[in-house]
Amino acid sequence: MADVSEGLTPEVLMDMYYHMVLARVLDDRMWVMNRLGRAPVVYSSNGHEATQVASAFALDRGHDWVVPYYRDLALVLAMGMTPRDVFLHLMGRADDPNSGGRQMPAHWGSVDLKILTTGSVVTTQMMHAAGIALAAKLKHEPTVAMATFGEGSTSQGDFHEALNFAAVMKLPAIFLNENNGYAISVPARKQMAVPDVAARAQGYGIPGVVVDGNDPIKVFEAVRAAAARARAGEGPTLIEAKTYRFVPHSSDDDDRAYRSREEVAEAKKHDPLVVFEQELREQRLLDDTQHKAMLDRAKAAVDDATEFADTAPDPDPSTLGRHVYHEAVL
Amino acid sequence: MAMTYLEAVRETLRQEMRRDARIIIYGEDVGVRGGVFRATEGLQEEFGEDRVMDSPLAESAIVGTAIGAAINGLRPVPEIQFADFIFPAVNQIVQEAARIRYRSNGTFGVPMVIRAPYGGGIHGALYHSQSIEAFFAHVPGLKVVMPATPYDVKGLLAASIEDEDPVLFLEHKGAYRSIRGDVPDERYLIPLGEAEVKREGTDVSIISWGMTVNSSLKAAENLAKRGVSVEVLDLRTIRPLDTEAILETARKTGKVLVVHEDNLTGGFGGEVSALIAEHALFDLDAPIRRLAGPDVPAMPYAPSLEHAFLVTPEKIEAAAQELAAF
Repeated sequence: MADVSEGLTPEVLMDMYYHMVLARVLDDRMWVMNRLGRAPVVYSSNGHEATQVASAFALDRGHDWVVPYYRDLALVLAMGMTPRDVFLHLMGRADDPNSGGRQMPAHWGSVDLKILTTGSVVTTQMMHAAGIALAAKLKHEPTVAMATFGEGSTSQGDFHEALNFAAVMKLPAIFLNENNGYAISVPARKQMAVPDVAARAQGYGIPGVVVDGNDPIKVFEAVRAAAARARAGEGPTLIEAKTYRFVPHSSDDDDRAYRSREEVAEAKKHDPLVVFEQELREQRLLDDTQHKAMLDRAKAAVDDATEFADTAPDPDPSTLGRHVYHEAVL
Repeated sequence: MAMTYLEAVRETLRQEMRRDARIIIYGEDVGVRGGVFRATEGLQEEFGEDRVMDSPLAESAIVGTAIGAAINGLRPVPEIQFADFIFPAVNQIVQEAARIRYRSNGTFGVPMVIRAPYGGGIHGALYHSQSIEAFFAHVPGLKVVMPATPYDVKGLLAASIEDEDPVLFLEHKGAYRSIRGDVPDERYLIPLGEAEVKREGTDVSIISWGMTVNSSLKAAENLAKRGVSVEVLDLRTIRPLDTEAILETARKTGKVLVVHEDNLTGGFGGEVSALIAEHALFDLDAPIRRLAGPDVPAMPYAPSLEHAFLVTPEKIEAAAQELAAF
């Protein structure tokens, strides 16, 4: 097997860090927009950035598919979605490339970027990733499909069915669990009787890997190894990235009801942005000037996106009935 | 060439798979065994294990993975072994397959055909006899096809496979071996959404779909001997629905009997009746009549009870005669 950290050049590491910063700055702005009454609801990737960005970077972007869930802002940014796209989606504008203003925020989807369209019923997407992988296998294409999901989703029947189906058929799929310890308010110990989601892989005869989801290098290596295994025809891998969500489930949630401020403060000591920044500084890839330049660049992109989406047109009400079925190109 | 309804299913699948390498079939027992009804018999031998696959016994996975495969360029034709077993897959069919085009603003689509044998009269009892069309006809984004004859099976199945949207293709188990008819060798398509007058008449219109079209034709034949002229309209697809054909026959005879095997209340006959009431009430000479399965949870096993449930040619004949005399 090729070295799993191959490709992690200084440029790539800095690009990964930039996407993590961009996701955080964008995320923070979305909350501001919500509190200003400009965005009805916000779902964050805040805290999950290392897992999401590094896993995208470990794929063959533009060729492999990601099949995300609502938590995956940083993932879709790393796959190529722009801040403008995200804000058009947030504000339900006509030019929202995800859904044309039809879906709630964080319901991603882009044919061009190989990001599968997402619904709200959790875990259905794992089956779609298996299906994409099935087609790739039958077409003899070296494509990998990666589904992401929270640990709450592992209680669903679709989780079991997807893993079993993909394992039996040896499909080129990666199932990446972003375990942040809570399904909205319900802690993981009420979700499962095993300490690790990854342990469940045993039941399907596939590898189950636990990684520190706050360490982008570790996540990159795990996903890179799983992708290599998938492309070699050896079947799927279940990866559990242990991480934390620093903000409530959504802008309508109040996490003080179910977790202490001390717990959140403790988790923030392992904030993936802080951890990775230190790492890059130690490697002498990042200094204060570069760090500031990076923040300024992210902030400028987010300012531009906010302004752009603010004045973008709403969907025309006359389009309500379109795209129920295929529309023949005349 | 004369063949059974079942042979029409199999030969159409064979012809379409020869034509289009993107078509794959999978489901429970469809491979080596050729399906519990033999609808896919011989197909794995001809097309190999990559294109005709036995899958794990999990309906949600069968449909859910077909969605992904369709999006990634294949034309899956998954089979649900009995329509009664489709309910674990409802989430994938209704929330995902049917809504994906709409929710992605037309950028994604799910071209797949879910084949499922439905209907009773084969001693299948509660869980091998159900008619499930009304649940799915309610859902925009889906198409629901229910052929009555071998000829229609071929044209509708080929058109369903060619369709860019998800289609639920419901085959009546009772029809599989009992209904025979001529089917041309060459390929042809019957557009989804076009009903067909299967028998012309002037006194009463029977509107039906699936197996009960055949029962209605038998009833019409008997009534003709007694001087009652019955028109039989076969909807063939209930979504999309040929509303023009429904209104046309209603206006023509002024007396409408809607027949289906599914339970009466909330059955698709209610939709057909409402359409006529909304648009052709003053062309009617009698109240619209519905003849359907009774409002019991499903078809029982004992032959006496099963027979009592079924919408038979005799029951249709009696209802149509009564309506003619109104």
